[in-house]
Amino acid sequence: MVLAQQILFLAIFGTACWLIYQRVTLISRTIRLGKAEDRLDQPSRRLSTMLRIAFGQKKMFDRPVVGLLHFVVYAGFLLINIEVLEIVLDGLLGKHRILAPLLGGFYTVLIGFFEILALGVLLACLLFLVRRWILKVDRLQASRHREMNGWPELDASVILILEIVLMIAILSMNGADLALQRLGSSHYTPTGPFLISQALLPIFTNWNEANLILFERIAWWLHIVGILGFAVYVTYSKHLHIALAFPNTYFAKLTPMGTMQNMPEITGEVQAMLGLPTDNPGQAAVVPDRFGAKDVSDLSWKSLMDAYSCTECGRCTSACPANMTGKLLSPRKIMMDTRDRLEDLGRNMQQNGGKVVDDGKSLLGDYILDEELLACTSCNACVQECPILINPLDIILQLRRYRVMEEAQAPASWNAMFQNLETNQAPWKFSPADRFNWASGRSS
Amino acid sequence: MPDTELMIPTMAEMAAKNESPEVLFWVGCAGSFDDRYKKVTLAFTKILNKVGVRFAVLGTEESCTGDPARRAGNEFTFQMLALGNIQVLNMYGVKKIVTACPHCFNTLKNEYPALGGHYEVIHHSTYLQQLIDDGKIGLQGGGSFKGQKITYHDSCYLGRANDIYEAPRQVLETLDAELVEMKRCKTKGLCCGAGGGQMFKEPETGKKDVNIERVEEAIATGATTIAVACPFCMVMMSDGLKNKEKEDSIRVYDLAELLVQANEL
Repeated sequence: MVLAQQILFLAIFGTACWLIYQRVTLISRTIRLGKAEDRLDQPSRRLSTMLRIAFGQKKMFDRPVVGLLHFVVYAGFLLINIEVLEIVLDGLLGKHRILAPLLGGFYTVLIGFFEILALGVLLACLLFLVRRWILKVDRLQASRHREMNGWPELDASVILILEIVLMIAILSMNGADLALQRLGSSHYTPTGPFLISQALLPIFTNWNEANLILFERIAWWLHIVGILGFAVYVTYSKHLHIALAFPNTYFAKLTPMGTMQNMPEITGEVQAMLGLPTDNPGQAAVVPDRFGAKDVSDLSWKSLMDAYSCTECGRCTSACPANMTGKLLSPRKIMMDTRDRLEDLGRNMQQNGGKVVDDGKSLLGDYILDEELLACTSCNACVQECPILINPLDIILQLRRYRVMEEAQAPASWNAMFQNLETNQAPWKFSPADRFNWASGRSS
Repeated sequence: MPDTELMIPTMAEMAAKNESPEVLFWVGCAGSFDDRYKKVTLAFTKILNKVGVRFAVLGTEESCTGDPARRAGNEFTFQMLALGNIQVLNMYGVKKIVTACPHCFNTLKNEYPALGGHYEVIHHSTYLQQLIDDGKIGLQGGGSFKGQKITYHDSCYLGRANDIYEAPRQVLETLDAELVEMKRCKTKGLCCGAGGGQMFKEPETGKKDVNIERVEEAIATGATTIAVACPFCMVMMSDGLKNKEKEDSIRVYDLAELLVQANEL
């Protein structure tokens, strides 16, 4: 019986690891469809950003109540994993609570601490569901934000419910274990009462040993299979932020938010046009295949990592001046569209032996529309809001570059502005000779 | 100080006399051509004259920094303007620049270095704060703003883009007025609606204009003055007030104008 359980465990564990490995490989391959960009400079500054923003969750505490609830779930996720380690060892080795004899009295304290976290996670997830379903927090409502319709809305609820189920499983597993210890059941070595689950003992008062063992085993399997299933599910879900928040903050932009990425590839041409000495005379200019971005492969790999890191909380969209005044633009949708496009290309690669075959679609046009791009004021409110330093503005501006430079598709008034800039060096139609007229009364 | 007494030398004039200024005042297109913002330009030059800073302007040798072209997606036009400006600035050996436009400030400070233009760039709010800190300009007597409510509208390109939130507020504090904050301020400040090239096009279809949303917040503070530090914000807030028919009861002023008024320069 023990051996059968061990084999079953190994099979489930191995399958989960294999599935996760497949997904991680595919995701990293689609991220690497993006353009190279060096984000390895200033490692100590990057590390400190990651520690503050991802590990320390600094920006989540901009909204203290939600920040605290989220911190409980996050701490639970990190620390309960230590108990999962024990469960995996037990499962593989056919043992029960392998760490208990090693840690002695400290084991009971440790499990008690995990139980406090588990209860905290359970309550926090319940409150998160209340916020979604009953309080109807605006930024989370599909009825208010079209990008949340269907799968994204369901995904959010599935994750919260799964976490609640997992926490119930761990607490009731411990409760049944305690009841079995009290009965003196042979495999259940006494550990002393666990802090939270001992409150469940009255439930098990009149249960016989066989039923208790059955219950304990079901809860144990539910917990571990649930966790492994959750880990696989996460790689298909918006919930991937639990892993990607760390690299995403590490590789975040370090220049002031107002800085737009330069395009050195056109500087030589502009210098030649202006009759200026070029930076690298004698060298033929490397002309890029495309100015700006039409599809995900034209974006920086970091923008693509941003897309997979987004957990669709909608802080960006709720702060976006265009969105709040009823325009089509939603920065969250920009990130979700980018990920949807990456997922499509990932499937495309899988079906075509690892190569992307042109499907006649592109990020701009089939996912993101001109009207969305044109509504952006580049105010950086979305960038400021993101708790894990995702930058929707980078994508918007790259897509604008493609439309304007490759296709010359700009609103007529922008074309007039460009023309004024080129002929009068001002965005309005004034003569450059009049530029100093404001000081006409001066004494020099 | 009447405008006719203002000293506003150009870089060319200074160079001809073999002189160089402490700081170049970058006026910007709005400061040069927009009737309303020309008053801000003059107010700032009054302050520079009053404190006796050796400054100069480029005059007709200045061009747009290229910010609106770049944000609209036209990198060619941006680089044409930027490289032209950098050539002029480097020719005069400019080291330090002050400007009253956050868009010019952001572009000169953050984007010109990649194209070979390396300068110390200061926004006029920071510059004014430094003058106040150094005791070079300050309020004599109670000032005309005592007891009045002023609210400050954060420019995105000053605030979020470059982390400048306190300097403009410290300038306003010297006015002895009551500084009241809007619901969304500092890092959470709401855009006026003009950035990213929006100044030069009609807004996309929606249920409201951004500047109306913002001006409603400003009105809700009960302030009689909206202080701004950006030419685009000034246009948007003024238009918003007109739309709400509040242009007579609430005024929009730049920081430099408020200092000039308070000090009766």
